Amino acid sequence: MRTATIAAALLAAFPASAAEIWVTNEKDNTVSVIDIATLEVTRTIPTGERPRGITFSKDYSVVYICASDSDTVQVMDPETGQILHELPSGEDPEQFALHPDNRHLYIANEDDAITTVVDTETKQVVAQINVGIEPEGMAVSPDGKVAITTSETTNMAHWIDTETQQLFANTLVDSRPRHAEFTDDGSQLWVSSEIGGTITVFDAATQEELGKVRFDMPNVHPDKIQPVGFKFDGNSEYAWVALGPSNHVAVVNMASLEVEEYVLVGRRVWHMAFSPDKSQLFTTNGVSGDVTVVDVASRKPIKTIKVGRYPWGAALRP
Amino acid sequence: MTTETVHITARLRQLACGALLCCGIALPAMAETLAVPIGWLRVQVPPPPILSNLPPPPEDLGLAGARLGRDDNATTGSFMGHDYRLTETQVPEGDDVLAAARQALATTPFLLVDAPAGLLVQIADLPEAQGALIFNVARGEDALRGADCRANILHSAPSDSMLTDALMQFIAWRRWSDLVLIQGSHPGDAAFSAALESSATKFGQKITARKTWAFDADMRRNASAEVPLFTQDFGDYDLLLLSDTLDDFDRYIPFNTWLPRPTGGTEGVVPAAWSPSVEQSGAAQLQSRFTDLTGRQMQSADYAAWAAVRALGEAVTRANSADPATLRAFLLSDQFQLAGFKGRPQNFRDWDGQMRQPIPLVSDRAVVALAPIEGFMHQQTELDTLGTDRPETACTAFTD
Repeated sequence: MRTATIAAALLAAFPASAAEIWVTNEKDNTVSVIDIATLEVTRTIPTGERPRGITFSKDYSVVYICASDSDTVQVMDPETGQILHELPSGEDPEQFALHPDNRHLYIANEDDAITTVVDTETKQVVAQINVGIEPEGMAVSPDGKVAITTSETTNMAHWIDTETQQLFANTLVDSRPRHAEFTDDGSQLWVSSEIGGTITVFDAATQEELGKVRFDMPNVHPDKIQPVGFKFDGNSEYAWVALGPSNHVAVVNMASLEVEEYVLVGRRVWHMAFSPDKSQLFTTNGVSGDVTVVDVASRKPIKTIKVGRYPWGAALRP
Repeated sequence: MTTETVHITARLRQLACGALLCCGIALPAMAETLAVPIGWLRVQVPPPPILSNLPPPPEDLGLAGARLGRDDNATTGSFMGHDYRLTETQVPEGDDVLAAARQALATTPFLLVDAPAGLLVQIADLPEAQGALIFNVARGEDALRGADCRANILHSAPSDSMLTDALMQFIAWRRWSDLVLIQGSHPGDAAFSAALESSATKFGQKITARKTWAFDADMRRNASAEVPLFTQDFGDYDLLLLSDTLDDFDRYIPFNTWLPRPTGGTEGVVPAAWSPSVEQSGAAQLQSRFTDLTGRQMQSADYAAWAAVRALGEAVTRANSADPATLRAFLLSDQFQLAGFKGRPQNFRDWDGQMRQPIPLVSDRAVVALAPIEGFMHQQTELDTLGTDRPETACTAFTD
């Protein structure tokens, strides 16, 4: 009843928005499209096998989807849901990052210990870079000069010079690094470690470690607090961190690196996306097969939306 | 068999080339190379005959896991300037095991051993092994972690009691508390039964009747006729425990019992360090790397050897050292953690050298449950609800 009231109030606050959250369902081979205005699934679109990473082009004219078990990156028209073409991605693409030039995709090939760089215009592989075992997290710095791959078994962030497509640094992090993001100003690189239970914060200019975010929840054993996906709030104030099987997201103060709050979401939370005004956060909950909508200001979950089996990636289409 | 060997060699060469390529990129930034030689030694023991003619265990059982661990380490090593080599020693039946062990220890202080418990302890007691770091990658005997423990042996293979505790947690959780037991006549079966009995006591379950398998007929023909009669006088019970560590007769029991009841132990729901059906927590990636390398599926013995080599590699990476004393201290510290693809960090108990690890309870095609089962609490870590905990240990070699 209370939820319904809040939802109604939110509906009134954001009228006639066409914005959507796109969620990949790893074990359904589909994308669920959530209308942010109604908080309902409006479309379910078939994809290749085991879709995970998802990102839109800078102008939102196409959406790129890692179809891991089809060994391809699919390029989809978000209006029609038609697959326009596929990109050569290397084997088992899991995550990727689009360069600010809106042209080059940096793809982590999980089974092959390789990062593949694909030109989305010529549809050609530009470079393949040997990295550690099980590459997963991918990020490109806002100025486009540096790409990052994290490798889950080698436990490193690999720093790639995008000019030469060569590694210029390899920095150790805690066990099983999953996700990497540059802060909006490009000054820091954050890397989450799932088994280590930490986020390592690097100075992007020097690759020096600045500090670590640690998590501590009453009544949850530290082994189960496993940071995976995370997003910055756009104001450089807070990072929102998915904590996997602890079923919570943490709100991290970016200045102090301290956790201010833990918000309960669905089971095995993987990744997330913000609404256009960053007032709402949508988390993908792999095991419970749903998406939790969190009100960012009050830090409260306000709705659960059923999607497909094992939702994994999330992306905003404004 | 020859084909498989050729395939492995080709794949290794391919991997070696890949590693060199990595070095080419990463080397300019680093100092001189740190060599990390690792030995693997198996004492060949001919397996006793069993009823089934289905494929025997693969010849590279265990060894293949060590090879994959070496390859995994080598990739990290290529970025760190650490050079991992694996030397393989097979000691044929009747050969001098201790001489072979001395020879292996002359080239490396890091030795994975797959040998019967008595020989394992003799190897650890060699003068050449003092200061070495030996990994037990095969044996489950609790005594090796108890009265017979050695300060220079770490155990990546789970103990028998970790396996049976995992099963009893599952049984307690399902409330199948009335149990009966059939055990084989092999000495290993008696040891596994003893572990089942003490786990049942630990978790408050009752084994109400016990029988020893004494048939010598060929059960592929007779199981459907004999097993119902053999199990008829058990009366009512919830689950039939099977203790047949050679998998001689146990495969013929399910669906042939007098009462329709599940089985557990060595057949049915089986506690194991690893199984081809483990796929969560990134395990699918380890499975596919293993299958790419070997052309077969990963088994518990492969996992134990992989985990030992990876644990060593992780310690070398973090401590940036190949000194066995430094690495032993690091491995036993709370700084160490291995991402072992079973959903939780794995480290070593500092009272007996046993690697903590979740235990999957598996059927042929799925993970039925993962122990520790939720609800079994512990003041330090739930992983220590499996196996011998600090207050109960009979091991004194680690109190330094």
